[in-house]
Amino acid sequence: MAIHLFFDRDLCKGCQLCVSLCPRHILALDSAPNAKGYRPVCCTDESACVGCASCARICPDSVITITKD
Amino acid sequence: MTVIYEKTRGLQNTPLHYCPGCGHGIVHKLIGESLDELGLLDTAVGICPVGCAVFAGSYFSCDCIEAAHGRAPAVATGVKRTHPDQCVFTYQGDGDLASIGTAEIVHAAMRGEKFTTIFINNAIYGMTGGQMAPTTLVGQKATTAPDGRDPATAGWPIRMAEMLSTLEGLVYAHRVCVVDIPHLNEAKKAIKRAFQLQMAGAGFTFVEVLSPCPTNWGMEPLEANRWLMEHMAAYYPLGVIKDMGGEPG
Repeated sequence: MAIHLFFDRDLCKGCQLCVSLCPRHILALDSAPNAKGYRPVCCTDESACVGCASCARICPDSVITITKD
Repeated sequence: MTVIYEKTRGLQNTPLHYCPGCGHGIVHKLIGESLDELGLLDTAVGICPVGCAVFAGSYFSCDCIEAAHGRAPAVATGVKRTHPDQCVFTYQGDGDLASIGTAEIVHAAMRGEKFTTIFINNAIYGMTGGQMAPTTLVGQKATTAPDGRDPATAGWPIRMAEMLSTLEGLVYAHRVCVVDIPHLNEAKKAIKRAFQLQMAGAGFTFVEVLSPCPTNWGMEPLEANRWLMEHMAAYYPLGVIKDMGGEPG
């Protein structure tokens, strides 16, 4: 079973609520800014994701979609 | 492939205009998810406020009406009385509900109007640039209270949920926040219960959400959430304030 995270980069405002809640500490801000000028969130190690969806649920801008296959 | 989490169909695919870390977006999602899960989304009517959430009608997937400042409960009264089988809710901030619209919310609760109010309390006027609100904490700084709110001249913050709970027409009042997943779960439960009680015809239902305003509080989003729990939740206690609803059936 592999879990995949999809980020709608240009919706992200870099608030880091998701980063603070990730139990595996695998979310961080990208170094490159998005179209709005914010540094959007990205995943540093998708294979470590447990699919708890805390990040996606707390995100005010619905940036994150999570799937498994 | 299985979807573990995706954006609720209760919200449109419109980018939100709110500031980074603002609680409005999270509460919008909870309302959209709740309406969808309860099968109310296709017929629900939202009444939107003036303030930061003035564009809420562009975000919710259900039909929405924009009310004059503070008058959402009056509009909701008309909509609910003419459409008693549909879920009707107002979405209001503290400047809208606890200041210019105090008369409307008090009298809607007094009459026991059978709609739901989602009240976003961030203890400040957001859209207009951080002025002192009726809900601003004692000592909290605002652009119109640069040394902090002084009760000698500005009085004390209003606990709306407690105040409205003294009215017979209000059957459910619950204060929640959305700073982390356990609190978010509680908030969603409260919103769903309010909608269920409304649809059962129980009476007026009220959910107050303590919500961070990092921009006007002058804080980073995570710092704002910590401040909320430390200071706001100390003055505005979280939990069920009143529940006369019983089983919504």
